[in-house]
Order: sequence, then C-alpha cells, then structure tokens
Amino acid sequence: MKNIESFITEQLSDTGNKPDRLLQHLWAIQHRYSYIPDKAVELLTSSMHIPAMQIFGVIDFYAFLHREARGDFDILFSDSITDRMLGNLTLLNSLCKKLDIEPGKPRTDGRVTVDVTSCTGICDQGPALLINGKVIPRLDEDRIAKIAELIEVGTPLSDWPQPFFTVEDNIQRSGILLNDSIINGSAIESLLKNDSDAALMMIEKSCLRGRGGAGFNTSMKWRFCRDTKAEEHYVVCNADEGEPGTFKDRVLLNSYADNLFEGMTLCAGIIGAKKGYLYLRGEYFYLLEALQQTLQRRRDSNLLGNDIAGRQGFDFDIEIHLGAGAYICGEESALIESLEGKRGIPRKRPPFPVTNGFRNQPTVVNNVETFIAAAKIVVFGADWFRSVGTDDSTGTKLLSISGDCARPGIYEYPFGVSVRQVVEDCGAEDVQAVQVAGAAGTTLPPQEFDRKIAFEDVSTGGSFMVFDQQRDLLDMVQNFSHFFYHESCGFCTPCRVGGALMKNLVDKAIHGHATRGDLMEMENIGLVMQQNSHCGLGVTAPKPVLDTLEKFPEIYSKRLANRGFEPAFDLDAALEESRQITGRDDLEAHIQYEPLLNSAKQDES
Amino acid sequence: MSNGKTFKLDGKNIAFQDGDTVMDAALRAGEYIPHLCHNPEFTPHGSCRVCIVGVNGRHFSACTLPATDNMEVDNSSETIMDQRRNLLQMLFVEGNHVCPGCEKSGACQLQAVAYYTRMLSPHYTHFFPKRTVDASHRDIAIDFNRCILCELCVRASRDVDNKNVFSITGRGLKSHLVINSASGRLYDSELSATDKAVSVCPVGAILPKHIGYDQPIGERLYDNKPISIVGDVASEANRENKDQN
Repeated sequence: MKNIESFITEQLSDTGNKPDRLLQHLWAIQHRYSYIPDKAVELLTSSMHIPAMQIFGVIDFYAFLHREARGDFDILFSDSITDRMLGNLTLLNSLCKKLDIEPGKPRTDGRVTVDVTSCTGICDQGPALLINGKVIPRLDEDRIAKIAELIEVGTPLSDWPQPFFTVEDNIQRSGILLNDSIINGSAIESLLKNDSDAALMMIEKSCLRGRGGAGFNTSMKWRFCRDTKAEEHYVVCNADEGEPGTFKDRVLLNSYADNLFEGMTLCAGIIGAKKGYLYLRGEYFYLLEALQQTLQRRRDSNLLGNDIAGRQGFDFDIEIHLGAGAYICGEESALIESLEGKRGIPRKRPPFPVTNGFRNQPTVVNNVETFIAAAKIVVFGADWFRSVGTDDSTGTKLLSISGDCARPGIYEYPFGVSVRQVVEDCGAEDVQAVQVAGAAGTTLPPQEFDRKIAFEDVSTGGSFMVFDQQRDLLDMVQNFSHFFYHESCGFCTPCRVGGALMKNLVDKAIHGHATRGDLMEMENIGLVMQQNSHCGLGVTAPKPVLDTLEKFPEIYSKRLANRGFEPAFDLDAALEESRQITGRDDLEAHIQYEPLLNSAKQDES
Repeated sequence: MSNGKTFKLDGKNIAFQDGDTVMDAALRAGEYIPHLCHNPEFTPHGSCRVCIVGVNGRHFSACTLPATDNMEVDNSSETIMDQRRNLLQMLFVEGNHVCPGCEKSGACQLQAVAYYTRMLSPHYTHFFPKRTVDASHRDIAIDFNRCILCELCVRASRDVDNKNVFSITGRGLKSHLVINSASGRLYDSELSATDKAVSVCPVGAILPKHIGYDQPIGERLYDNKPISIVGDVASEANRENKDQN
C-alpha cells in the first residue's frame, strides 16, 4: 500500500484543497485503497479545514464510499428490476457460493466483496455487475464461473479477458438526433458567426425542452441564467443517469461526447460561462478516461480553453466530477450540492439554480440529450428540429427499452409516438404492463397503450420497461419501494419515514400477510409523501404503489391475508431471541401459523 | 412597515414585506402555523414539513414559501391538519418518544404540536430503533432516541456558537445526528451549557443537566396553554420566562 500521506498530499497539490473538491478526493482515495481510512479523513480535515464528522457525513451519504475495507475485487451486482428478471440474484448466490463468501462482507483474506447496487444502466445487456468501477454485462453461469476463477487466482483486472467488459451501444432505431451528425466546432462556428442572441433565438424557435423529463423550456432557462448579473456563470451537464431502466446517456457519452461538449460550449457562449462541469454518475466511471481524452482533443483543437475558435475572450473549459452512488444527485439542486463536495441534499426552491446555483452563482443544469439537441439545432436550424414531434413536444426522444422484449436497446422516436407502437417495435408480446419513466414513472396497462410519449401526455426521461403476463408486478413494486427507501436522502419526514413504512408494507403484502386495511394504509402514506415531500424523489416515490393499487388491484388482492387484522411484525421471528437464550428450536418453540389461522377462522364463524 | 401587500391566511388578511415567507408574515401578525424545524432566528430549513399549508390545492412548507400578493393560504382545514398529524405520527414512530418518561414532557414542542393537531396515537408501526444516550458531558446530556433531525442544533452551533459541534451523517432512515469530537461523544466536544445549540432543541434530545424537574409537571410551558398561544420552546419570550424562574 502506497503511503497514504504522500498519496493525499499529491492529490491535494494536483487538484487543490477547496471544499468543492472533497467528494472527488474521497473518490480517489476510495478507488486507491478500497475504502477511506480514518487516517485519510484526519489528513483531509487538517488540510481542507473541514470537520472530521462532516467528512464522515459525506462518506456515509454516498453508497460507493466506505469507511471499512472492501475486498481487492469489489463486486456490485446491478439490482434493478430488469436485472432481477434476468436472474441476477441466482448468479449472485452462485458467485458467493463459489467464492465462499456472504454478500456485503469482505472475505476474510480480503480478496473480494460481493454486494448489490441500484440500477447501473446496463439494463439492455443485463444482468450486469460493476467490479472496481468497470462493467461486466451479459452475465451467465459461464461468466460467473470464469470470474470466480480469475478472482481465486488473483489475476489483475487489467489482464481479464477484454470481451468481458464490452458494452454495446445497442442503438435499435435512430432518428434525426442520432443520424444527422455535425462536424466538431460547427455549433461554435454558428454561434460566433452571428451573435449569441441569434443562437439563443434559434433554440427558442425550436421550442427545445429539457430531456430529463420535467420538460422546462431550454431557451428560457438559458436566458434567465444569462440575464442574472453575477461574478460567474456556470454550465452543468447532468449525467447522473440514475432512473432505473435508463441508459441512453451511457450511449450518448460513449459515442456522442463531442456533440455534448459542443452543446455545453454553446451554452457557455450564450450565458457567459467560463467553467462547465460534467457530473458523471459513479456507475459510469468506466467511461471517464475516454471522456477526458475527448476533452483534451477539444482543447488541442482550440474548441475548449482560451480564445475558443480564435474568438478573443471566449474562454471556457469543462471539468468532470464523479458522483458516488446516490440517485438523489440527479435532482439538479442536490447535484449542485454534490458538485460542491457535500451531501446531496436537495436545496429549497426558490431560489432556483438559474439564479443561485453552483457556488451560489447562476447555473444552467441540463440533461446530456438536451445539450446535444441544442448543438445540432444551431447547426441545422429550428425547423429541422421542429419537423418532427408535436406542437408541445418538438423533436425526438431517446427511449431506453428493457425488460420482456425481443430487442432491448436505444430507440429514437419523434415525440408523440404511441406506447403501442414502441411495444410492437421492440418485439414485446403478451404484455401485462409497461413502466414508463422508471421507478418514479407511470405504470401503464394495455388499455392505455394508445397514450403518447410526450410532455403533454406520458412524460419520460427515457426509461421504458416491459413486463409480460408471466411477471408478478408486485415484484416490480417491491424492487422500486426498496430502491426509494435506499435512495431517500433522509432530509424530509414524509420521504424518510413514509418511504420506510411503505417499503415494510409492500414486503408485508409480498409475504401474504397484508390485509385490506394495510392497502388503505399504503394509499394514505403514498398521499402524504406525494403531497408533502421536499423534492421530486419523495413526490414520485409512492407512484409505483399508487399506480398499481389503482390499475392492478388484483396483484394485491390475490395475496391478501384472509383476516381483518394481521400483526405488523412476524410473530415467529420475534421469538428468535428467546429461542437462542433457551437453546431451543423444537416445534413448540415456534408459533405455528396454520393452527392460528384455523382458530381465527373458527372465531369468525 | 407594510408596503400594502397582503395575503389571506384562512381568510384573514396578513400584511407582508418583499422577501417574507408565509411563516415570517404569519408569525409577525401573531398567527400560529405549526412547525418544528423552523425557528425565526435561523434560515428556513423546510425538512419537518409540519408547517405545510395549502395554496391552490397544492401543499407547501410555509417556512420556505415566499409570500405573494393576494395568495390564499389554507392553514387549518381538516385536510391540512390531517396531513400534519400524519407527519407527526411518522416522527413519533421513527424515534423512541416515550412522553410519560421524558423529562421534557410538558415543555416539548413535538408533544405540544401533536396536542395542537389532536393527534391521539402514533398510529404507524413503531420502528423502535436502537439509539444511545450520551451523558458524558458534565452539564449536558443527549438522548438520541428523541432527535427529530430538525438540525436546529447543527445550525445554531455552526452559525451562532461558531463551534460546529453537530452534524448529520448517514442517508435516508439511517440519517442521524453526530458530535464533532475526537471520541464522537459530548465530553470532549466544545459544547457548553450556555450555547445556543443547547437552548434551541425543540424536543428532549439535548438536555441541560441538573434542572430536569425544577419546574414541576403541571406548571410547564404547554401544561396550561396550547402552543398556538405560548409559542416555541426556544422563542425569546419563553427563554426569558425560564430565566426568571
């Protein structure tokens, strides 16, 4: 182990000791040592002047940072519902058995840790796992066996078979955004040819709206930001693609990074920003190196840096910040907090980031897809963009399709396409439901398949998961409610506590112990969360439960306990401590469920 | 002091100034909006959500909602009261709040707001979390069982006492208050009994020692009058009264 003091000193001298840098330093330490040793926190405390407990607070907030050593090989199985449907848990258990290890705990020799993590954005090529930040998609028993072998032998990750790490773009259908390519620098050229007002007018005429799902008018956002007087303005790209079932940014960052950086530079030219940030989700760490190279190439071509494209005073550069396993950081104000090196707690709004964003300066935060669209709009014109889509939703939308269908992958559609069309195109048959916009989205039964993908109807950041008739939708509901429980930042009461209560009730239903009263309780908790939460996470977290209670009541009713009242806890499990103390495990030391049920039925009759 | 702008709180005209939140203006006008994490001496936080009010059918936390001219604010309909009750019940089951055995009983804001909203039971399933008590400090004790994560001590210690004694760690339901000291306990922290961070706690989490039952049950802050009249535990008036006793 390299001396930690010299490692941290080097880190600090390379990138500075501003508090903004904290999360990035922690990432580097985690990556280097497989955890953040107390010694490291001590060193950061003294050199960055941040209290130790505050640093621990940041470490404990992010799922990818640890205070205790992980294995040399740190494996995280992606645990989205689509990974589940592809059998990820069987493979996880199989790997654990081969390695003789318990999930979540490092093996005694420190060689390996196996655990689960929220959706990694490889849903079209799942089941997938992350190993020390790299992705291995398309897992099967053969791959698992080979992985176990490589770990036992101790083969360094760099010597593993390269095909293991191949992630395909998997573009199944492309439209104007993916097809019509621009030459590097042409959007900047278009910006400089006239003035920034003309470029902004073009975006305004195109009616481009944010592609993250909320659909705020992009030109309006840029104009608000530009018109706010301040020392600095910032451009931030939200590449924290964490919504379960979404993976279009993975593809855009992999194959359209130049267009993205072009769009960010365009925005900088319009709002007057000197500095931009790409907030890259920790799960996409494996894309970092190529993105850095693209940035360097653009600097070398004078498309970033000082006097861009020869225009004196047009200075702009982009830095990449890594997230560390927190879905909430996809919320723009939480993302900004995280950019500032803090816990990703959403800010209160107003004020909005356009006036008070990064370092309290006016900041534009846009989705990857939005910046790419903007870059192309100023090259091809507003009419090119408006030629497809609907009046309220111009242009196209990238959908990330996964689940029960013959051809999962990326599909680009003009806005206004019907859900039915998408379902047919991806080769889905015998469909029970489609979940649009991820865990926070909408559950659609076939009766609603004529609805349109558009801001004015079914709005989505791009996630589109298909469930056929064989699936139990309650498994989906359970996966999502656990996801939200895990990802709630814990700031506000309804999301923090309500989300936990909800998760417990969904588990109760899955185990066949829920009553009608519990279903009413779920609805009540859902409304409290939806109406009173601090940010969008809490507002949308109960949606899968509320949607399915309304549209798929039978998934609950067929599992209801046949009684008016069921204890909230498992009576038999509650006796475990007593059994351990008395050293008994015979039949009479257990509550026998069936006789209880029978006697209850007799009471009723 | 008014610039002629008003909004309606349950039909009553409330004057406000630019930059006021609904809570600011209401409190100034002597109107009570139930709250826990809000304290007018500090920047609004908006985390407990108990101060939610209805505007055009949507709910906002009054402490973070900017007042606008002619807006109509619902502060007492059964819908709003019911939501507040649910939020309070969630806070009760999240921690271990055993009023009969708590030395803050009768002068606790969580308890008083629960009475005000006519909460009759915690309703939800208790989490019964395993939390600790830190009595290592000579003058102050912390019972983490009763912390409601309002972060008033965090803010007071950072912004007023300039000591940064407290912070929050963890995420989601695992979020919890921690002490910035070498041992992680109170005795070697910089906290002292006269700190703002101590007096600002609305519940029985941070307790000054040696005075627990000086004020007998029956004569405590909320024993005879509701919180809507008495105001916050940490309000200036109530602090002065305490000093006189």
